[in-house]
Amino acid sequence: MTTEVRSEEAVAEVTPQQEKMVIIAASGDLDKAWPVLILATTGAAYGLDVTVFFTFWGLTILKRPDAGISGEDWRQKMLSVFAKGSSDHLKLSTLNFAGMGPWMMKGLAEDQNVASVQELLELAKDMGVTLMPCQMTMDLMGLSRDDMIDGLAESAGAGSAISLMKEASISLFI
Amino acid sequence: MADITVDARGLQCPMPVLKISQAMNKATAGQTVELVASDRGSLSDIPAWAADMGHSIKEQFESDGEYHFIIEK
Repeated sequence: MTTEVRSEEAVAEVTPQQEKMVIIAASGDLDKAWPVLILATTGAAYGLDVTVFFTFWGLTILKRPDAGISGEDWRQKMLSVFAKGSSDHLKLSTLNFAGMGPWMMKGLAEDQNVASVQELLELAKDMGVTLMPCQMTMDLMGLSRDDMIDGLAESAGAGSAISLMKEASISLFI
Repeated sequence: MADITVDARGLQCPMPVLKISQAMNKATAGQTVELVASDRGSLSDIPAWAADMGHSIKEQFESDGEYHFIIEK
């Protein structure tokens, strides 16, 4: 018995469990996508094993700019027209003014050297952040893998999200 | 003079932390990395990151509105 415990401890010392961080990205608003990616990349800079789980409108951040009309159902098609998606077409949650708000916000960010959502998304991938799309909301909205950008993890569901959060020292819903 | 210099001047949060983290990943043990940043938030963020990661800040100073941090891996 004693030797068994000792050997487990030895294994734990050799392969220390990397601390985990999970962010549930449920919004497609520019002012939510930005902090999601700022925190995800900074978490990776802290040596954390970061997973971002994209669900509902959060999926729009992961859509390809040229995704076009998606889905089989007319309602899915209409949704894909209204919510064009891609990280370059996100709207502000307030003061959107038909795109005037995001345009001004992005212009200010560029002037002040604030990394864009696209840049942060690329950095997140480079830094090993796991970008995980939610399968149920992809089905709901009629999105296929072809509508999404490259470099994503396998899609998963709420169970995987809960399992990850149970293990994580930081879990955020944004 | 540090072994590696990271220029994060003009860059806003979270870039100084991401830049120093990437540089430290590449550095070998015992090497020093100097970060130069103009983001005022770095004054709090860089020491917080270094402490959490177990890196020691050998030297820290401000000159011409730029913040210098010399960190040893």
